[in-house]
Amino acid sequence: MAIDRNTVRHVARLARLALTSEEEERTAAQLGHVLEYIERLGSVDIAGVEPLSFAGDASEAEAVMRDDAVRPSLPREKVLAEAPEQDGSAFVVPRILE
Amino acid sequence: MNPSLLPLGDLSRALDRGEARPSAVLEECLSRTARLDGKVHAFLRLTEGQARAAARASDERRARKEPLSPLDGVPVGLKDLFCQEGVETTAGSRILEGYHPPYDATVVRKLREAGAVLVGKLNMDEFAMGSSTENSAYGPTRNPWDLERTPGGSSGGSAAAVAARFVPGTLGTDTGGSIRQPAALVGCVGMKPTYGRVSRYGVVAFASSLDQVGPFAQDVRGVALLLRAIAGRDPNDQTSSLRPVPDYDADLEKPVGGLTIGVPKEYFGEGLDPAVEKSVRTGIAALEREGCTVKAISLPNSPHAIATYYLVATAEASSNLARYDGIRYGQRAPARGSLLDLYEKTRAAGFGAEVKRRILLGTYALSAGYYDAYYLRAQKVRALIRRDFDQAFAAGVDAVVSPTSPWAAFRLGEKVDDPLAMYLNDIYTVPVNLAGLPGISVPSGFTQAGLPIGMQLIGRPFEEGTLLRLARAAERALALPRRLPPLLERT
Repeated sequence: MAIDRNTVRHVARLARLALTSEEEERTAAQLGHVLEYIERLGSVDIAGVEPLSFAGDASEAEAVMRDDAVRPSLPREKVLAEAPEQDGSAFVVPRILE
Repeated sequence: MNPSLLPLGDLSRALDRGEARPSAVLEECLSRTARLDGKVHAFLRLTEGQARAAARASDERRARKEPLSPLDGVPVGLKDLFCQEGVETTAGSRILEGYHPPYDATVVRKLREAGAVLVGKLNMDEFAMGSSTENSAYGPTRNPWDLERTPGGSSGGSAAAVAARFVPGTLGTDTGGSIRQPAALVGCVGMKPTYGRVSRYGVVAFASSLDQVGPFAQDVRGVALLLRAIAGRDPNDQTSSLRPVPDYDADLEKPVGGLTIGVPKEYFGEGLDPAVEKSVRTGIAALEREGCTVKAISLPNSPHAIATYYLVATAEASSNLARYDGIRYGQRAPARGSLLDLYEKTRAAGFGAEVKRRILLGTYALSAGYYDAYYLRAQKVRALIRRDFDQAFAAGVDAVVSPTSPWAAFRLGEKVDDPLAMYLNDIYTVPVNLAGLPGISVPSGFTQAGLPIGMQLIGRPFEEGTLLRLARAAERALALPRRLPPLLERT
């Protein structure tokens, strides 16, 4: 299945990825190639099949709810120390409201 | 024999008997690593100071002859996606360069509590996406058996470190074969437990419905000891199972007579290297000699597994990797424009080519108008793949046996420019992740050129014990000569 550069640009925007024009071109070719391979799933008979999204033991999933109790979280200073930009109490981001 | 060269299970016994001292073993491991890792590049960083302190503490416990965990004093390496408090954790990516997690992953905490000596962080394909370690932002790892070849991936550093005897045991993760394939390519044992057997808390996520943590060692016993230490319920991971963790080691030598192993015809078809097939058939014959019944089976939906996997895994990855935005941790690109501009530039600079490719494929598959055709359809085929295994187990098969990888270690650079060729590495391993089952790779022999070959065993959910017993039976019956990689023989 062929993918055009406009589609690549649209998907890259959704994924918050800036691509160079060379990357756009390469991505269009490579994604097309991979999607062509993936198209084979179109021939599988899936009538009446329930999708499987959780491969664990579904019977346990009910039993593992924890109490909604307040627990300490990580210390703020340790977390902020990993941020590229912070002011001692919050993460700093570019202005989002004018 | 130098205790630091022993397989983990034997080292553990030597420590128990007082024939080896943790600090001395650690120094041997560190000095071998210092001498040879320039050639292999298994480690991204060593934590020698912490390791020496942990080994000294273990020396004292061992000297007091207290009852201890079998891992007490055993050096262990960690794939660089396990959060370890205060130790840089990059997941092989530039975007996490300089990230020092403020907490330990549950498996890291459990290893510490068992007295294991944590030696350092191991190389991997960026965000565990790859089958050769060539997608690491920090350069590839090389196969100790042939330095021009790959150790496989994505846990290539974890596999190579065990094969090169830098450490007796390591942890990796397996989303589509990332433990079993590198274990096969370097000639060690590697296990992907059942989905939910091991906590994923503090493990950098790739595809959350497929990811599972597991161990590497030279011997099956080593893998059993590591698995027991890391498995179990964790309140911080709601997908971790409540089932009790058995003592895998205690049952390891139990006879396997009467067990039935299924040989799926789909795993022995086109594309399989004849040398690999021959070796795996020897492994099957060995299990037959041990009393197993061998049964021909069919898993008819296996040929759809790679396509299914690359939709499910990339869709989940595109969502998981949205967190790398340059705001809370990791790298931020210089951008003076809008927030959107900052996101796009940070991610463009921080992610490598394969990670971008997968994020884009996953985003595409989930985007408006394509969800039903791709993602939903893939999840339905996934159900069929699981059903194939369920039917085989219902028909009396205790474990499915197959090659781990269609070929032995390939040359660095050989497949890196062809994503689809690289994806086919995982043809025999991805169905196991899609079905959530446990799988193990155990050495079955060597090619004529001296490259290791691995055999895969796949079991019923939570039947790790049966798989380990079967793997141990194969190990015992095959009795492969304990060869050292040429790299070590020369020194």
